[in-house]
Amino acid sequence: MAVSTDKSATPSSSSSALRHASGNILAFFILILIGILAFSIRLFSVIKYESVIHEFDPYFNYRVTQFLIKNGIYDFWNWFDDRTWYPLGRVIGGTVYPGLTLTAGTMWKVLHFLNIPLSVETVCVFTAPVFSAFAAWATYLLTKEVKGSGAGLTAAVFLAMVPSYISRSVAGSYDNEAVAIFALIFTFYLYIKTLNTGSLFYATLNSIAYFYMVCSWGGYTFIINLIPMHVLLCIATGRYSSRLYIAYAPLVVLGTLLAALVPVVGFNAVMTSEHFASFLVFIIIHVVAFAYYIKGILSPKMFKVAATLVISVGLVVCCAVVAVLVAVVASSPTKGWSGRSLSLLDPTYASKYIPIIASVSEHQPPTWPSYFMDINVLAFLVPAGIIACFSPLSDASSFVILYIVMSVYFSGVMVRLMLVFAPAACIMSGIALSEAFDVFARSIKFYESGQSETIQNKANDTASASNVSLQNNGTEKDRKEDSVKERPSKKNKKKEKEIVQKPSSSKKAQPEKRLMVLPVEASVFALFLAVLLAAFYVVHSVWAAAEAYSAPSIVLTSYSPSGLHVFDDFREAYAWLSHNTEVDDKVASWWDYGYQTTAMANRTVIVDNNTWNNTHIATVGTAMSSPEKAAWEIFNSLDVKYVLVVFGGVVGYSSDDINKFLWMVRIGGGVFPHIKEPDYLRDGQYRIDSQATPTMLNSLMYKLSYYRFVETDGGKGYDRVRRTEIGKKYFKLTHFEEVFTTHHWMVRIYKLKPQKNRIRGKTKKSKLKTSSSTPTKTGTTKKNPWH
Amino acid sequence: MSKNIFFFVILTIAPSLLRAFSPESPTDRRVLVLLDDFAIKSSHSLYFNSLKSRGFNLDFKLASDPQISLQRYGNYLYDALVLLCPSIDRFGGSVDQAAILDFVDSGHDLIIAADVNSSELIREVATECGVEFDEDAASMVIDHSSYAVSATEGDHTLIASNDLIKSEVILGSNKIEAPVLFKGIGHSLNPANNMVLKVLSASPAAYSAYPKAKLSSPPSLMGSAISLVSVVQARNNARILIAGSLSMFSNRFFRSGVQQAGTATKHEKAGNEQLLTELSRWVFHERGHLKAVNVRHHKVGETDEPAIYRIKDDLEYSVEIYEWSGTSWKPYVSNDVQLQFYMMSPYVLKTLSTDKKGLYSTSFKVPDAYGVFQFKIEYENLGYTTLSLSKQIPVRPYRHNEYERFIPAAYPYYGATFSMMAGLFIFTAVHLYNK
Repeated sequence: MAVSTDKSATPSSSSSALRHASGNILAFFILILIGILAFSIRLFSVIKYESVIHEFDPYFNYRVTQFLIKNGIYDFWNWFDDRTWYPLGRVIGGTVYPGLTLTAGTMWKVLHFLNIPLSVETVCVFTAPVFSAFAAWATYLLTKEVKGSGAGLTAAVFLAMVPSYISRSVAGSYDNEAVAIFALIFTFYLYIKTLNTGSLFYATLNSIAYFYMVCSWGGYTFIINLIPMHVLLCIATGRYSSRLYIAYAPLVVLGTLLAALVPVVGFNAVMTSEHFASFLVFIIIHVVAFAYYIKGILSPKMFKVAATLVISVGLVVCCAVVAVLVAVVASSPTKGWSGRSLSLLDPTYASKYIPIIASVSEHQPPTWPSYFMDINVLAFLVPAGIIACFSPLSDASSFVILYIVMSVYFSGVMVRLMLVFAPAACIMSGIALSEAFDVFARSIKFYESGQSETIQNKANDTASASNVSLQNNGTEKDRKEDSVKERPSKKNKKKEKEIVQKPSSSKKAQPEKRLMVLPVEASVFALFLAVLLAAFYVVHSVWAAAEAYSAPSIVLTSYSPSGLHVFDDFREAYAWLSHNTEVDDKVASWWDYGYQTTAMANRTVIVDNNTWNNTHIATVGTAMSSPEKAAWEIFNSLDVKYVLVVFGGVVGYSSDDINKFLWMVRIGGGVFPHIKEPDYLRDGQYRIDSQATPTMLNSLMYKLSYYRFVETDGGKGYDRVRRTEIGKKYFKLTHFEEVFTTHHWMVRIYKLKPQKNRIRGKTKKSKLKTSSSTPTKTGTTKKNPWH
Repeated sequence: MSKNIFFFVILTIAPSLLRAFSPESPTDRRVLVLLDDFAIKSSHSLYFNSLKSRGFNLDFKLASDPQISLQRYGNYLYDALVLLCPSIDRFGGSVDQAAILDFVDSGHDLIIAADVNSSELIREVATECGVEFDEDAASMVIDHSSYAVSATEGDHTLIASNDLIKSEVILGSNKIEAPVLFKGIGHSLNPANNMVLKVLSASPAAYSAYPKAKLSSPPSLMGSAISLVSVVQARNNARILIAGSLSMFSNRFFRSGVQQAGTATKHEKAGNEQLLTELSRWVFHERGHLKAVNVRHHKVGETDEPAIYRIKDDLEYSVEIYEWSGTSWKPYVSNDVQLQFYMMSPYVLKTLSTDKKGLYSTSFKVPDAYGVFQFKIEYENLGYTTLSLSKQIPVRPYRHNEYERFIPAAYPYYGATFSMMAGLFIFTAVHLYNK
């Protein structure tokens, strides 16, 4: 903002070019600093913890990247992974969005070509921060197209440290969103750029950027629905132009062709309902273009006749086509939409029909505080930004308005889509803040120039004269501004038309605008407040980056009076698995830990975070909710050797398997109806204390979680997460044996006992019954860490 | 290639269990015989001599001997255990019920002779192996129709039975003609237990009761449900022989002639010696022990084992199966060995053909389904050790360039595409330069 206000402040027109150049250089350096800021604010996780991959999905992406670098792109494309989803396997090449992997792989290749020997892991860890810098620059470009470079720089600063985006792009958060947000903003920028220039070159670039987005993230459907909506909006508001046509038509044709090249999308690009809007609008824009063309060659009267004819015939044809389409679409059970998209349109859909989507925490609707947490002061600036976009309304600003409206809705449905909302909020806030600065700075400048003017024109100083001089001054500035804007456009003939249009529209508003000056005291004070607001935002963002969003979730820390506690149980457990089990052993766990087990322990898993096969997940859910013997049979039929459960009752780690257990019951019961949710609830309440139902207390999950739990606190069996005493304290396992429990009991690994060597006769047991070498051995080796 | 890790033979028996016999010669060598008193050593010498003559090292100990132990420093000292001590209440030394069951669970063999009034300990060991003796410890098997004819009428507790299991593997190839003399307690088997086999069963007219008292209530065991001698083959192929009579092992029963009541033929010699000798051969793995080696699979026309198959590949599978004859491995010949190509359920089930020299092979087409399959052989033949082989092998879908390139049915579409391109080119040319 500093730049744009500086620009027009020069009193002499001869030095304006110089000023403009220095402004550009200043902007350039500011952008570099923004990039550095965006990168470095995301390094807290590396500084506070270590350079590791975070969470769940990033581990899969990391593993895929390793495979890509080791085996090359063709093997990656055709990769059939036999270590997940045992025994079904997973065709990774055809089911993964390859953008992130290819990006990191390319970065690694380039670095090694330059003899910079970074490890794959390092490259993966730092991919997200690098791309968030790119995203900040893309935001600058996009906002600059909408409201000038001042707004652009402000928006870029906002985006560089918006907490919502930081949460998904800290160093180590090697997930699709890391590159996808950049791709999203950049695609929007190119669309706006094409819309402003009408250049086919940018339209082609736009398709390529869209292709990159399709490669990177399933969220590309947001683009391919938002842009058609904007086109429709433009047509409906009478803003159709050839530029709009050039911005849209090539995107649909080229973009769809390119999208179909991505194996995971393939024919979905033309067959699913998510893409339907783009084709519909594609037809509409052609009809409209044709109508405009006809209008151009016919006389108005003839045109009216033709229009009536065409519209009446067209309506009939349209009705017929729509009827057929509706019939075809309605014949499919999901109406041609994927489950995730449907739950966006109908937020209650997933919780009703697809527990597996509803079970993911990031698919839940956000709470109000999370808006304040994730976008902070931007929430207050956004409305101002929207108002600023309406004065004047251009194609570009209408697009930004549409973008924010849609993303607000989507973010209200799924927490995860806050990420799409954040850039829009940054752009809006950037515009708002920059406009505000504009007004305040102008007021102050007016005051200054007014003073100097009064000194100059001391002789004839009347109130009206000063008014006139203000007017003069204003128009003079305008002229300067025009000349400034025209200079670069002379290089580009095509641009000229556009830019001439813009200032001319703004010129009309000029006289009133110039009158919109505030008293200098008020503007100084407001300026101070605005800076304070921005400062609060910075403080909050840095706090969020440092404290809230940097935890890698595989290493946990907690502060207590005795100091910092580090819980490294996950890696301990995975390391145990990789060192103590056979390479082909199968490990069963709830799907959350699938990616980590394959990546860190290198063991085959039954289900993982790519929840593509509901039945398989339901099988594991059923096993976890069944009594021991039935569970053993299910696991044995899947050749499972080890079962891994995550248990937080000892240290109070709340996202453990017991808390996820109801989802296992629900998902399992969805496929295997003998598992019924009410059996696990006492009067509709989920509890594990003495009031719990017998089904609950006998379920495998309960037993594996609380086996020997009483030993941790001397017989009380107090669960620190559920804050209650557990219902069944002393029990033995007959079909499983404990083989490993981590230091803080967070991960417990059990082995399936082999089938009994002999079958006992059926006579009543005698006192001698207790047979041989049951788990007494493990019992003595594991010591309770808390005593 | 690191992908070789995919090749893995997984025996379903837990690999951690020790196996008594070396895989190369499965026959037991060192046998511990526990006796109630050393008189049995001489009174049952014929049986022991037949074992000794076959090369077993018999180690006779009193069951109450405080020195006896089955293992030292974690290694078992013996390959097999013979319990001819029905009345022992408590073993000496470190041996107890759990030690004996551990001995079996680590793949060793066991012979138990119970008798009337045998101790709770012996009965409990038998129960753990799946055999239930009559609850009344003093009861005997009484048979008024097929008892052994003797000089005195007696109470018909010495019975002569020839109701033997029909299995050459267990009983040898020579048919046992003479009835087997039996005097002792009967037992029953759990019908759901498929690991225990009735070798010698009583006649349909037999029942189990205390002979000196009047029968007041119906006996708990009756008819051919009564088993006199049973064998167990555990999952780890440990073999157990359980007999309800100690005296059937004795020299007296071995030598005596027998005539079953109701038959005219009088046999010079009872079938005991032949039956028990043959059973000891089976129990000590001189017979009926199979091994499978050289599991191979490859694509038709190739010899190397691939790390992964593609759907619709043609492949060949072969395995060599040998049977231990007591001294050497002989080819096993059978026409009922089946191979499953298995992923949660068998996609392919084929009977292997054999070349009579031990090699079994087959070939088939990989089904049109990808995933992690297993070559699975689950061979369970009566009397033979269980062969359970499984070898994991992934099956992948087509690579991107393995699909058919030009499909005839698609030629109209190719034509449409190229004509469209040509048309657009011409249209553009005309539109641009025709003014």
